Amino acid sequence: MSDKTLTRMDLSEAIFREVGLSRNDSGQLVESVLNHMSDALVRGEQVKISSFGTFSVREKAARVGRNPKTGEEVPINPRRVLTFRPSHLMKDRIAAGNAQTKG
Amino acid sequence: MICLYRGTMTMIRSELIQKIADENPHLFQRDVEKIVNTIFDEITDAMARGDRVELRGFGAFSVKKRDARVGRNPRTGESVEVEEKHVPFFKTGKLLRDRLNGK
Repeated sequence: MSDKTLTRMDLSEAIFREVGLSRNDSGQLVESVLNHMSDALVRGEQVKISSFGTFSVREKAARVGRNPKTGEEVPINPRRVLTFRPSHLMKDRIAAGNAQTKG
Repeated sequence: MICLYRGTMTMIRSELIQKIADENPHLFQRDVEKIVNTIFDEITDAMARGDRVELRGFGAFSVKKRDARVGRNPRTGESVEVEEKHVPFFKTGKLLRDRLNGK
């Protein structure tokens, strides 16, 4: 369904277009935004961006997993995982935008 | 900087904007707002077109197709046809996943 992949470069380009900053400065700002979000999440905070979505960190307990290929039991250590809950606005826009296209 | 929400520390959009503004005193506040908003808008717009957004180290946003299915109204037990739809999906990048676990 998706034929194109956007990267940091495309986000910098959009800032260059919208605000007129140099591509270099725009790139650094994209990086700063991602770093501040990452740092907050690593501190265990959630990051809530209205009309976009919420990133939150969940603690997963230790459990015994299984290697699906060999059937062997392997211990899985307790870990922290990041989940993203899209806002209703985002869900509606993604549903509407992709409704006509053939997957 | 940080507000308490349901017992969890939360960073919201305006706090993210403030952090970026504090680090970039040469930029107008309204431009910082526009920069941060542009980043999130570009991501949503890309997914609405069915594109992927890959931000190495942080994570990747993509669109997943959910096939049509027969669902059930949990209150009445009645069968309802649920149409095919597209939903946003986020996969955490390796670097951030490792950082969340102190690696």
